[in-house]
Amino acid sequence: MTSSTLIFVVLFLALFSYWYGIQRSIKVAGGATQVKKLVSLPRQFGLLTAMWCGLPALIFLLVWTFFESTVIEALLVQSLSVEVQQLDQSALGLYLNDVRLLSDSSAEVLQKADPDKVFAAEKLLEINRDAAWLKSGLVLILCLSCVAFIISRFAVDFRARVYLEKIIMRVLLACSIIAILTTVGIVMSVLFESIQFFSSVPPWEFLFGLEWSPQMALRADQVGSSGAFGAVPLFAGTILITIIAMCMAVPVGLMTAIYLSQYASERLRSYAKPMLEVLAGIPTVVYGFFAALTVAPFIRDTGEALGLSVASESALAAGLVMGVMIIPFVSSLSDDAINAVPTALKEGSLGMGATQSETIKQVLLPAALPGIVGAFLLAVSRAVGETMIVVMAAGMAANLTANPLDSVTTVTVQIVKLLTGDQEFNTPKTLAAFALGLMLFVTTLALNVAALKVVRKYREQYD
Amino acid sequence: MSDSTQKVINSLKKRHRKEKVFRAAGATAIGFGFLLVFLLITDIITKATPAFKQNWIAIEVDFQPDLLGIDGLDLTRLPKGDYRTVLRSAIFEMMPEVSGRRDKRSLFGLISSSAEFEIRNHLVANPADLGKKVTVWVKVDDDVDSYLKDDVVVGEPGIRISEKQATWIKKWVDSELIESRWNSEFFSLGDSREPESAGVKGALTGTFYTMLVTLVLSFPLGVAAALYLEEFAPKNRWTDFIEVNINNLAAVPSIVFGLLGLAVIINIFGLPRSTPLVGGIVLTLMTLPTIIIASRASIKAVPPSIREAAMGLGASRMQVAFSHVLPLAMPGIITGTIIGMAQALGETAPLLMIGMVAFIVDVPGGITDPATVMPVQIYLWADSPERAFVAKTSAAILVLLGFLLIMNSFAAFMRKKFEKRW
Repeated sequence: MTSSTLIFVVLFLALFSYWYGIQRSIKVAGGATQVKKLVSLPRQFGLLTAMWCGLPALIFLLVWTFFESTVIEALLVQSLSVEVQQLDQSALGLYLNDVRLLSDSSAEVLQKADPDKVFAAEKLLEINRDAAWLKSGLVLILCLSCVAFIISRFAVDFRARVYLEKIIMRVLLACSIIAILTTVGIVMSVLFESIQFFSSVPPWEFLFGLEWSPQMALRADQVGSSGAFGAVPLFAGTILITIIAMCMAVPVGLMTAIYLSQYASERLRSYAKPMLEVLAGIPTVVYGFFAALTVAPFIRDTGEALGLSVASESALAAGLVMGVMIIPFVSSLSDDAINAVPTALKEGSLGMGATQSETIKQVLLPAALPGIVGAFLLAVSRAVGETMIVVMAAGMAANLTANPLDSVTTVTVQIVKLLTGDQEFNTPKTLAAFALGLMLFVTTLALNVAALKVVRKYREQYD
Repeated sequence: MSDSTQKVINSLKKRHRKEKVFRAAGATAIGFGFLLVFLLITDIITKATPAFKQNWIAIEVDFQPDLLGIDGLDLTRLPKGDYRTVLRSAIFEMMPEVSGRRDKRSLFGLISSSAEFEIRNHLVANPADLGKKVTVWVKVDDDVDSYLKDDVVVGEPGIRISEKQATWIKKWVDSELIESRWNSEFFSLGDSREPESAGVKGALTGTFYTMLVTLVLSFPLGVAAALYLEEFAPKNRWTDFIEVNINNLAAVPSIVFGLLGLAVIINIFGLPRSTPLVGGIVLTLMTLPTIIIASRASIKAVPPSIREAAMGLGASRMQVAFSHVLPLAMPGIITGTIIGMAQALGETAPLLMIGMVAFIVDVPGGITDPATVMPVQIYLWADSPERAFVAKTSAAILVLLGFLLIMNSFAAFMRKKFEKRW
């Protein structure tokens, strides 16, 4: 049986054991009229039985799936000739890949193939078949024996509810730990691959090198593909686009928040809030399309009319559209910060005869400043991590320039370009993407932590 | 009047002017926002409209058995005939003035490459037409299609129609052989390299499966985590750590989740690349923080009096949580889930990392078939050089925005209908 059918079988068995548990508990009590004697409800007995039936089996299945491929590979290699076993890591990988392909192929292909590999492919099929049988058998045995065990403990004073709740509690705890596992998974995956990358490219060359051309030479005599991994142009490009985006998003977002919270009528607000939600809800790929096909040509044509030379994938276009994307983010966070300022401060200022704009500029904004700075930092982190807009509208060329009309590339663009398409996984080229991912993760994490710190400090002042 | 009063009066005008300027700046910011939304939507709608129409051309096809290379009696061999030759002779017969190999080739290029399959399908559906001369409608090539729709002249950049071809097209239009029809194939076909045969069905199905996996995984996990953190977790460093983690995950760039998916889910656990299964798992990890945070807020909003009343009647903490708190918090949890799903629906970057960017023609049949999703399809089409793909991309964007609009309005409706102030 495949894993998915097995899961359905286990679920069905669990459903059945729910019913069976109820029946058993009624029997233990001595008939339907005597159910009140039981310490727990029959339903709770049933649920407990279902849990015992399903959970161990599913956990076992999960663990099995994780280790299956590794174990099968080891078994296969062991059964093969000594020459194969002595192949180095990558050659062995290629060999096993061939074998795997052969095991799926038709008889015609098999006739033409290397007989050693055909033998290995048959062996693989055999191991796979055995493994599938073993898996199905073990899962079913586990289900049945667990049910038998828990049923054997049923008694009138068996505290089914307490045990059930203990199990549910564990399940809930496990679910909340997934967040930690995800973080650990992210850190581990980028860290391990980055360490591998830094063993072939020294970290200082990556962090301070001025040239980025990740195309590796396929042959030793190839020219022009030296494989330089200096990431400074990428960092510079990311910073340039982020600055352009912030120049757009912060004034507009902040003024929107101020106007909506201080000046706007109820009616205007009922139109403006959904408008901001629309801007916030548009997928980034749509912004990317807009930037690449509408904004970039517009900027190029305008620039040409003014006599400027503008790249067709200018940093300005990507930055501006990214700014538009971030406007609602800045505005809603600033709105929260402004609204959190106690009204007494505002009323005091107005009562002293200050105009509304003076109150805003000299009382509200200074008081809300930490919150606004926090919003700004979070917006920067958004801009740095944004991918689709820059992939579609910013260029590929790693230019080291501060001219917004030039084409630049960013960290996220390079991650996408390095990892899409088929290629060997363990070349410095793909590993470089993970090193860039590590930089991205660390940067955004630092920005978020800083933003949180600033906002917390601010809260302490007024609560 | 005293000196300082005079000072105040003198400065009043200036202060009021400043007030006006400030206020105008705020109004401009809002107006700018409205303008942007307006521009974005009209730009996409204008670009999308051509994609909903497709030009077809009537061709007199002569289904001669010997031309098709099939035996007139054996109907099972019908699909295997040489329809290309039949189509060519039909077109050249229609335009007898065209001669010379080059001209003939460029004439044949005006018809969609799917035309031979269309006439094949016609004959297979109507076997009685074998040996007869019948009018069959086939699609024109995408270059002709955009040329007819876009009101442009030959020679403009991006127009791949020569002067000669333009005169032939004009002849067709004048003799009313060309007809513009509602493009229903846009919703019933998978992806294609030919814009006139490209549809969103594959991407929509892929999106459906991916969202299904995401929903099935993220909803129970998110609710369980929120319930634990809000109702049962002891206040200690451990739960603080979980909380900090969730908040940080909510702000991690989506592309990093793609790296996680590639390195862990595909390379370590060995799940198949490009599939809705992997895509769904990655999107689950990405949307979980959103769902957990929204669910916690909703659970927190259930007043303690409900819990105390239930406990007073002898319910256990678990019973309080599952039978009293959870049902009352459900509207908020569902709203949060819909918002999370809407986020996942528009997400592109992490799916590029796990290979959902491959060119896939077939409509996926399950969660372990290679598939692509709407946003990735938009990205792929936006990258294609053909002019007609601009319209296709915009139309796909409209479809995606339509789904997002439905989801978000439903969330807003839920919030309004079930929102309770305790």
